[in-house]
Amino acid sequence: MMMREASCTVAVVGGGTAGLALARELKRLDAGSVVVLEREAQAGGTPRHCGHYPFGILEYNRLMKGPDYARRNWEEAETAGVEIRTGTSVTKLLPGGSLEVVDNEGVYRLNAERVVLCTGVRESSRPQRFVGGDRPLGVITTGALQSSVYLKGIRPFERPVIFGSELVSFSSLQTCAHLGIKPVAMVEEEERIRARGVFTPYLWLKHVPLHVGVSNPRILGRERVEALEFTDHKGRARRIETDGIIISGRFRPEAALLHRSHLEVDGGTGGPAVDQYGRCSDPAYFSAGNLLRPAETSSWCHAEAREIAIGIAADLRQPSKSESVELHIKDNRISFVMPQSLCLTGGRAGMSNVYLGLNMPVDAKLAAYSSGRLLWSQRLRSRPVRRITIPVAKLLDAGPDGPVELTLED
Amino acid sequence: MPASTAPQSSYDVAIIGAGVVGCAIARRLTLDGARVVVLEKALDVLDGASKGNSAILHTGFDAPPGSLEQACIAAGYGEYLQIAKALGLPVLRTGAMVLAWTPEQEEQLPALIEKAHLNGVEDVAPLTRAQILEREPHLSPQVRAGFEIPGEYLIDPWASAHAYILQALANGAELFRGTEVLAGVYEDGWRLKTTGGPVAAAHVVNCAGLYGDLVDDRLLGEKSFTIRPRKGQFLVFDKAASDLVSTTILPVPTKTTKGVVVCRTVFGNVLVGPTAEDQESRTDASTDREALERLRRKGIEMLPELSDCEVTTAYAGLRPACEKQDYQIAHHSARSYVTVGAIRSTGLSSALGIARHVAGLLQLSRDALADPAIPLVDRLSDYHPRDWQEKDNGGIVCHCELVTRREIERVLSGPMPPATLQGLKRRTRAMMGRCQGFYCTAEIAEITGDRLQVPIGHDDA
Ligand SMILES: Cc1cc2nc3c(=O)[nH]c(=O)nc-3n(C[C@H](O)[C@H](O)[C@H](O)COP(=O)(O)OP(=O)(O)OC[C@H]3O[C@@H](n4cnc5c(N)ncnc54)[C@H](O)[C@@H]3O)c2cc1C
Ligand SMILES: Cc1cc2nc3c(=O)[nH]c(=O)nc-3n(C[C@H](O)[C@H](O)[C@H](O)COP(=O)(O)OP(=O)(O)OC[C@H]3O[C@@H](n4cnc5c(N)ncnc54)[C@H](O)[C@@H]3O)c2cc1C
Repeated sequence: MMMREASCTVAVVGGGTAGLALARELKRLDAGSVVVLEREAQAGGTPRHCGHYPFGILEYNRLMKGPDYARRNWEEAETAGVEIRTGTSVTKLLPGGSLEVVDNEGVYRLNAERVVLCTGVRESSRPQRFVGGDRPLGVITTGALQSSVYLKGIRPFERPVIFGSELVSFSSLQTCAHLGIKPVAMVEEEERIRARGVFTPYLWLKHVPLHVGVSNPRILGRERVEALEFTDHKGRARRIETDGIIISGRFRPEAALLHRSHLEVDGGTGGPAVDQYGRCSDPAYFSAGNLLRPAETSSWCHAEAREIAIGIAADLRQPSKSESVELHIKDNRISFVMPQSLCLTGGRAGMSNVYLGLNMPVDAKLAAYSSGRLLWSQRLRSRPVRRITIPVAKLLDAGPDGPVELTLED
Repeated sequence: MPASTAPQSSYDVAIIGAGVVGCAIARRLTLDGARVVVLEKALDVLDGASKGNSAILHTGFDAPPGSLEQACIAAGYGEYLQIAKALGLPVLRTGAMVLAWTPEQEEQLPALIEKAHLNGVEDVAPLTRAQILEREPHLSPQVRAGFEIPGEYLIDPWASAHAYILQALANGAELFRGTEVLAGVYEDGWRLKTTGGPVAAAHVVNCAGLYGDLVDDRLLGEKSFTIRPRKGQFLVFDKAASDLVSTTILPVPTKTTKGVVVCRTVFGNVLVGPTAEDQESRTDASTDREALERLRRKGIEMLPELSDCEVTTAYAGLRPACEKQDYQIAHHSARSYVTVGAIRSTGLSSALGIARHVAGLLQLSRDALADPAIPLVDRLSDYHPRDWQEKDNGGIVCHCELVTRREIERVLSGPMPPATLQGLKRRTRAMMGRCQGFYCTAEIAEITGDRLQVPIGHDDA
């Protein structure tokens, strides 16, 4: 049997915030035929599952709920002439911009001049966090909770424990409130909550006790969850009766395709290694959105995706010779840098920021050197899971003449 | 299957327990012409020892020579390879290597090779360090020497047992789940008392796995062995890790365990495990962080690049071991009763061989079915064609494992629909992948609705 084949100018893998915003921008820039491949039944991505505020303030000057915002992104793309194929999964990336695609009809090959990977992030699962114990029903991530509650109207439990204390952990409180589900505790393994401190009062308001610095968590239960056991920060054995566990946060790129492909993966972010144009190690491939770095807000991804689209449109008109310098991490408190290289040619389109991740709280001077020369520096006082950026323009203006080394000086 | 549709009529054989062993025996006796009923106390089949293992089809190269275990493994291995194709069961022909990492282990290699030859596994041959590293370049160079067992393969631990029981059912056997055997009397045939009502059968085969000794005690009023469950925890690495190793890596065994194995799975992952932990509980298959971290370190010791690989999941299984070193299979002919006990760590490989052995003990002398039905199970191996590649698959529901809506619908409306989410996972692999349900939990909760006996969640109606 001959495999079906099709072609287009740009194929966008993933029709979430970034994919849709980028595709629309490409059409506006007249970049040829643009096809978005989305595996879910509807495009829109993660916001479609987040039935809460706030989305859309920067893009549409309106306060919107996730699903409305997702629909708006979809409509904007469709109106601009983007072809959106839903119920369509990409299963393989082949060199030069060729994709193996699956839909209800089976497998086909899509050949594109450029491919953009926008497959987003997911939360770390329970086994990835080495949470031991039994394997009862009722242990789900915030993402699964949101789609259950908002899309399907299903209640997975009544009085869960929230495991994790990031922004998304607090948003799970909202999701629970939507159906009158009452969380009985929030539990965090680190010494402090990972979201900004301003969120703590929210827990008091909802009468949800917070346990930080816990260790050795164990989930107990035969059929359904019955309890969470752990050692508290004073070394005491604790047990919380509960019927569900929300495993929240610790975002990681949805990079399954990438790991089985020819593209270079960055160990720090877990996403593709890219330059500020979002260009991957195979110049036919680009990437945008949270796949690049876990995890930014939707508005941020939306804006960044449009910046990347401008670069791709330019690249289609005239492929830029990529003369680039790498960005090297020189302090092990820095967990990742993205992009991992800077292209020195091709004007000023592309991402406007370099992002850094931290392993631990830092109070130091963040500095960028090239060949021993200081390009840029700034005082940095931050904790992990915060947005830390260096303007790309500042680094380029200083004229790096070799790898850019990022250090922390105490 | 609700208990109210309890079995009433009389059977030739009642099999207690639908683990892989009970399923294989049900198939054998049915094909041999017997009227068989299988009684399983759990809501679904494969809920005991057979729920979690290493999924290796062993040659029996390291079994005690001359033991019943060795004979059953050899026979089971042979029959598996014979019927796998017809039943649609995957076989991943990986081969295995036993590797020595210390001088003490290296000293044991010649004796192990000799034992393999004694067991009739002739193609076992020594390997030098260079040969090992040439074959498996990602292995740690710390390895010293080893030998290969080309015939050790990987199989689907659930599909095989499902195929056995489905073939039995398609040819007239009956299965009652959620039906625990509580007591029984023998008077020229058995009358069993179960939670689903009385059952009459000429013969009883006890395949109760982790409860084998207790069932003997209930029905015979005596037991000749005591189950001492031995837990084995596993860590499952992402499919990307399967690029790092192709052969199954076995350690030099100690007296009590085969040790920590690194192997692929037919589903495309890499397994590291199991641990060996003796315990009292027959139900506690929990994992613990310390053991999992130890396994991760152990895996990285052997295969350093595993340190960059994501963990997909962790699980544990319980081996129905006892105080003795061999299977406990005994025919109490005066009471038409066979105990098939303590099938500790090789039951997946030996099940078909055990089934032939038990058929030989029972001597039912029925006419074998002339033209038995051969139902197919869905093939879920990553190394073989899958449903998502076909037309009208209904779209992919579980994106990590590429499980289609059609596959899920097929098992839900099939002859042995899953009763629990675990059962659905074992039959389809839905939610077993790297995201562990981040994307598909809600959709699967919707598709299954109230078709599982234990629903995933409740409609907010
Ligand atoms: C649980 C959760 C809660 C969040 N809450 C908020 C919030 O309250 N406010 C906020 O601003 N941001 C929130 N975010 C972040 C926000 O969702 C992201 O910033 C934004 O959606 C990123 O866009 P994206 O396009 O990178 O990824 P996504 O929007 O996630 O889109 C990725 C898309 O790719 C598709 N896809 C993946 N693999 C394939 C494939 N192989 N083939 C085809 N399609 C594929 C997916 O189905 C998905 O539709 C949340 C994120 C999560 C995970
Ligand atoms: C960690 C580990 C790794 C392993 N690796 C391998 C391997 O790689 N290769 C291999 O060949 N083997 C392996 N095995 C061994 C294999 O899994 C077992 O030998 C096999 O599963 C035993 O099956 P069983 O049918 O005897 O027991 P079980 O699967 O426990 O079945 C017994 C059934 O009886 C039911 N039951 C109990 N009491 C009653 C009652 N009163 N009434 C009704 N029903 C009852 C139970 O619910 C259960 O379903 C491994 C095992 C473990 C634990």
